[in-house]
Amino acid sequence: MTTQSTAPHRVSGGRDSGDRVRGGRVRGGRMRTQGGRSVAGLILVLFVLFFVIPIIWLLFAVTKSSHALIVSNPFSVGSWADFVANWNQLFGFQDGAVTLWIGNSTFYTLGALVITLVVSIPAGYALALTEFRLRKALLVLTLVVMLIPSTALVLPVFLELNTVGLIGTPLSVILPMSFFPFGVYLTYIYFSTSIPRDLLAAARIDGCSEIQVFTRIALPLAAPIVALVAFFNFVQNWNNFFLPFVMLPSSDGYPIQVGLTSLLASTPAFNPSSAGSDSVQLPTLALATIVSILPVLIVFLFSQRFLVAGMTAGGTKE
Amino acid sequence: MALAPVSDRLAADATSRRRPVRPQGRAPGRVPIGYLFVSLYTLLALAFGILPAVYAVFLAFTKVDGGFAGFDNFVKVVTDFRFVPAVLHVTFYLVIWLIMLVVFVVVLALIVHAVKVRWAGTALRFVYYLPGALAGASSVLLWLFVLDPTASPVSGLLRLMGMNSFVQVIQPGNLPAIFAIIAFWTGAGGWIVIMYGALNNVSSDVIEAARIDGANAVQIALRIQLPMLRKWIAYMGVMSLAAGTQLFVEPQLLSQASNAVVPNDYSVNQLAYQYAFQQNDFNGAAAISLILLLVALLLSWVFVTRGGLFEKE
Repeated sequence: MTTQSTAPHRVSGGRDSGDRVRGGRVRGGRMRTQGGRSVAGLILVLFVLFFVIPIIWLLFAVTKSSHALIVSNPFSVGSWADFVANWNQLFGFQDGAVTLWIGNSTFYTLGALVITLVVSIPAGYALALTEFRLRKALLVLTLVVMLIPSTALVLPVFLELNTVGLIGTPLSVILPMSFFPFGVYLTYIYFSTSIPRDLLAAARIDGCSEIQVFTRIALPLAAPIVALVAFFNFVQNWNNFFLPFVMLPSSDGYPIQVGLTSLLASTPAFNPSSAGSDSVQLPTLALATIVSILPVLIVFLFSQRFLVAGMTAGGTKE
Repeated sequence: MALAPVSDRLAADATSRRRPVRPQGRAPGRVPIGYLFVSLYTLLALAFGILPAVYAVFLAFTKVDGGFAGFDNFVKVVTDFRFVPAVLHVTFYLVIWLIMLVVFVVVLALIVHAVKVRWAGTALRFVYYLPGALAGASSVLLWLFVLDPTASPVSGLLRLMGMNSFVQVIQPGNLPAIFAIIAFWTGAGGWIVIMYGALNNVSSDVIEAARIDGANAVQIALRIQLPMLRKWIAYMGVMSLAAGTQLFVEPQLLSQASNAVVPNDYSVNQLAYQYAFQQNDFNGAAAISLILLLVALLLSWVFVTRGGLFEKE
């Protein structure tokens, strides 16, 4: 689910220029009638509202008290004081559990990210540019596993790790997340199509060992694809819910996505039975939602241009 | 997933580029460097791709004491009174979601593609894609707010439909649609961008020729663009179907937020979770996981064989 939602912006990026070139020629012909034009416009606007209203509402909600959230206009601004109060309630929840969960998320996500890169990039390179027995079998395996939804393997992985006694440890989350066939596939595609083989051959003639060919020639050229794999892996790891939910029994080990369920369980508005000393109000829960996606949002906003540029640069390097 | 647009290149590459590689990759008399480079990945693939699947098969066919159980575990879970409802829940959800996805994604991609003001097109794709950053528990949590008439930004709309309380909104009959809307909100933008990219690959000469022959926008969409999108639509359908069968986080959080108005064994995956963690029946859980895994494998096999991924290899 997550790769699916994050991957595509790359696809369109490189093609904008072609679109522009063609735009001049076809302009005016596409939506011939005024009626068709306004229906199309209406559909676009309705879906813009559908996609952004929840997000905009969320941004306003965190500045309100729980009373104001219910009585005031959904799109009115609250006050700074209420925002601070919500902030303090969120980070005071169970003696700073939220900070702990964010730390856990960061640790799991980055840990898996490092292993993924170390493992996937050489593998994609080898699948694309070297020949060895079982190469094709490994390629087919990668494709098939990539198409299997990652949640389908969560319970079997749990059963497996349970027998070796890893459940509840950070490794039970980091290792399965490090297996990232999609990253191997991306790297494989990149090295199959975008690296001039003459360059590698020249390096060999100049006396580079196979490992030097990889580290000195191929890897620097592949910087954009390394960034791309890192980006997808980061987003997928950070948003992963089912895997840590199953692997980590103790609240101390939760990443923030699983921690959200603890906050939800302490929200009287959704769980009337939970009204207690450490209860969470709706605006605080809204703030938790924003905090939980903030890293992904930041990475996403900052890397969009870079990733698109990286992909197109990679494609034309030859 | 961005693999769709590159799958053609994979196929093309397989024939055109492979041959000349052979002599370079392996130096005579040395162990191919390929083995070293794929070794760690192979290890992870075995540990977290192959072995868990094999182990699930083993567990599904054994008893608690380790003896061979035949199909007993499968019979047990399939005849469980919760199994058929869970399958039906997931099926209803999938039907609604897939129809929504195919219809709206294709329509939106066609319209966005027809927008000729460049910044507007880019902005639209970004807005549609933005919710994709909210996945997992975060997006479900956000939708709990939207669906709760007391706090919702669209409470007027909910009340208009006769739903005045959260419990009224999440009545069992509404759940498949609700889950479909959440999944669509999170994932549709990515597919719109993929379809948009695919539409850019349709040669403008073809479209121009059609226009000169007197085709209008709708005819061009139906006769030229849609057939060319067919492969991507099929791909989206298969991937979404496979992912949708694994429904877990949406009903799990909703059940937690509703004081069990939504049962915690709503989806098949939740039932498997219940088997493993409430009943300590790992064999039963393995049987359900295996059924889900087989469905996912079957779908990916259909795609790999029918989708032309290996056509030229």
